[in-house]
Amino acid sequence: MELDVVELSRLQFAMTALYHFLFVPLTLGLSILVAIMETVYVMTGRPIWRQMTKFWGTLFGINFVLGVATGITMEFQFGMNWSYYSHYVGDIFGAPLAVEGLMAFFLEATFVGLFFFGWDRLSRVAHCIVAWLVAIGSNFSALWILIANGWMVNPVGAEFNPETMRMEMTNFFEVVFNEVAQAKFVHTVSAGYITASIFVLGVSAWYMLKGRHVELARRSISVAASFGLAASLSVVVLGDESGYSASHTQKMKLAAIEAMWETEPAPAHFTLIGFPDQEARETHYAVHIPWVMGLIGTRSLTQEIPGISELVEESEARIRSGIIAYDELMTIRAERDATPAEVRASFEQHSADLGYALLLKRYVDDPREATEEQIKMAADDTIPGVAPLFWSFRIMVALGFSFIALTGLFFVLSNFRRGAYPRWALMLAVAWIPLPWIAAEMGWIVAEFGRQPWTVDGILPTALSASHLSVGDLLFTLAGFAIFYTVLFIVEMGLMLKYIRKGPQEDVEETEKWMQRHEHRLRTHDGKGPFADVPAE
Amino acid sequence: MILHDLISFEVLRLIWWALLGVLLIGFALTDGFDMGVGALLPFVGQTDVERRVVINTIGPVWEGNQVWFILGGGAIFAAWPPLYAVSFSGFYLAMFAILAALILRPVGFKYRSKRESAKWRSSWDWALFVGGAAPALLFGVAVGNVLLGVPFHLTEDLMPMYDGSFYGKFLGLLRPFALLCGVVSLSMLIMHGAAWLSVKTKGMVAFRAQRIGTVAGMVAAGGYALAGLWLAFGIDGFHITSEIVKDGPSNPLFKEVAHEGSWLIAYTERPWILIAPILGFAGMFMAVRGLREGFEVSTFLWSKLAILGVISSVGLTMFPFILPSTVDPRSSLTVWDSSSSHLTLFVMLVAAVIFMPIILAYTAWVYKVLWGKVTEEDVTSSHSAY
Repeated sequence: MELDVVELSRLQFAMTALYHFLFVPLTLGLSILVAIMETVYVMTGRPIWRQMTKFWGTLFGINFVLGVATGITMEFQFGMNWSYYSHYVGDIFGAPLAVEGLMAFFLEATFVGLFFFGWDRLSRVAHCIVAWLVAIGSNFSALWILIANGWMVNPVGAEFNPETMRMEMTNFFEVVFNEVAQAKFVHTVSAGYITASIFVLGVSAWYMLKGRHVELARRSISVAASFGLAASLSVVVLGDESGYSASHTQKMKLAAIEAMWETEPAPAHFTLIGFPDQEARETHYAVHIPWVMGLIGTRSLTQEIPGISELVEESEARIRSGIIAYDELMTIRAERDATPAEVRASFEQHSADLGYALLLKRYVDDPREATEEQIKMAADDTIPGVAPLFWSFRIMVALGFSFIALTGLFFVLSNFRRGAYPRWALMLAVAWIPLPWIAAEMGWIVAEFGRQPWTVDGILPTALSASHLSVGDLLFTLAGFAIFYTVLFIVEMGLMLKYIRKGPQEDVEETEKWMQRHEHRLRTHDGKGPFADVPAE
Repeated sequence: MILHDLISFEVLRLIWWALLGVLLIGFALTDGFDMGVGALLPFVGQTDVERRVVINTIGPVWEGNQVWFILGGGAIFAAWPPLYAVSFSGFYLAMFAILAALILRPVGFKYRSKRESAKWRSSWDWALFVGGAAPALLFGVAVGNVLLGVPFHLTEDLMPMYDGSFYGKFLGLLRPFALLCGVVSLSMLIMHGAAWLSVKTKGMVAFRAQRIGTVAGMVAAGGYALAGLWLAFGIDGFHITSEIVKDGPSNPLFKEVAHEGSWLIAYTERPWILIAPILGFAGMFMAVRGLREGFEVSTFLWSKLAILGVISSVGLTMFPFILPSTVDPRSSLTVWDSSSSHLTLFVMLVAAVIFMPIILAYTAWVYKVLWGKVTEEDVTSSHSAY
């Protein structure tokens, strides 16, 4: 990779976004789990549930703060590093971001302080409502940012205005109810729920293995396993929904994920594994499963899914049409008030392909002067990096199924095996803690890397979107973010581990007294008291 | 959608210009005292418990306050996309410095008291100092640069280009007038933080805060007056020389601009805007008096009024300019040519009208729940305190 401003800007954006997304999924899920635990506390009055709320709440807080801190960068980076993008699509893209602030950020940020500081100042019910408001706020923010992100993939409800040289909104509801955005939203929050469930499951399993805080761990597992199982099922179903919507909105991404070089007779097979070779446009050692791809992608047996080569040909045609649009645009701009009607009409006809002409700007200043060879090169550019997409998608999906298995296992154990957990299952749960994060980051790569070479699909190429900065600026901030974020990450992990090792500190005495008072009621199925298997600490 | 024609493009642009001011002022009023408290922290708190008291006065509210900043970013993006595109890339390294400082803050609040070590805690205290003082200074420097004009131009494709080298871009911002504005901003927010601490603390912490705040308030007032004189005699303003089309397309290149004369001509054209600097001075005067006399809530309200006056005086003086360009005055961004489309402004206004009252209501409720002074006992007896 050469050190140019666009590549460095992409690297910086990818780094800060992926880093931000280490904290977000846990926030999304843990906020809800904590609110559920507090609800159980309010309903049953058992102090153990309050202890759980506070303990998981502390870990939530340590994580939340870095999500907030790194989110500040995200809100401003579009303007800092992607100024032409910001100008070109800000009229549409900015709106969901602002609504996110109004509807979500204020809600979660205002109440999160009260969640931690309000225990003695609020009634039980009021405090529980505060916990839910934090959770709802967090999840709303995911909704709006994914509406913005979904528009980058499927830019509906907008058109190009030659006078302002940018895209402008024509229909807000189309932007909000964009099918891509809706599928992305449920898929992403479900991924967050899984992350938090497996985190709670893993940490609790570790306590069980150590024989510490067994009562807290047992209850936490039962909540996390049910919630996690529901979320894992939803993530796969909604992943499938995304795949279906991709077959008509993001054909190239879908073909690249499948390394489907040529169009195949319907229903297409699914390549389970193989080694895609972008140069030769073929996949070595491919293992196919017949029919599956066609069914996922089109939900029919007769509809074809276009392959990469066919899509490149389509792109080439659109580039040629885009050049006409560009030519008319120059005329419109030169003769602002006196543009002949036929030029306007021709522009209207071709303006949907204007973005394709802009792909040529990498090679030539004026797309109208592009050579045949440059047009071919630009058309080839519309293929994203196939191998990284192919692999990250497969890792993500495999992990997704493993989460169903793990949460399913614990769901069965906690509900039908009287909460007797074999050692191997507990060890498995501990080992699984980091995997949801890997799956989530892979999901990011599939979504964002798969959109290349566009920042907004078919509208604005990435190469044109970046700010007019110097390589020096970028190297400086890139190094700055890398060092700064690494230090913060080490500090965060250190505190997280410290507080997990320390275990619950609050309400412990009160909880134990209460449980001894109610021992007869809490006696477990095998007749032992609740503390029978708790070694002295 | 025809609905958005209910409000004309011109009026929507004016409303969003005012809302931009509301957001900036909202940010300065709320997160401003957090920054001031951060800048005061190492000086008003001498012992660990005192410092924890100081931190816990803002502990439960800083997160919500900071959203004013985030929302400011989002709203500028949505309502003034060219401003968002030009300013944040133009002030690239300064923005990086602000972000880094602001990121230190949440982490500092949350993590500082989670370990016992004195070295750990004092490192975070200084991080919080930087996280409060640096943005307070830099925001002022940025405002100063906006008044002076910034070296950018727009290409025919409306791509923002910035004329300056790597060092030029950051150090070039530190011009004397801009630095003066930075001092005004920093000292004003320190005054505001001190006013907050005199409401929320008692004893030595409140006493020290009031003493430092008094000096800061006087520096702010002196600096503000000096900046006014400088603007009157030493700095050229910007003026649109072509016909002004208030509902035209958002393309800055469709107008002509002259970089000459004074910004303060605005006060002869629209004398009523004198109210802003008058409020600014009156607020600072009364806040300083309140800090000296030991008044609490009223001081904080006066301090708010001072900030309101100072910030709105900048916006009203420059109107209709938002971000003038020195190298290509024609590229300057103004209220009439750098907004979003008519529809987007309308949709965003609907969103703001729905959500702002709700936000203000629950924010007020949270402050009410948290009402009262933070004492050393509160901090040492609670598990959840920072």
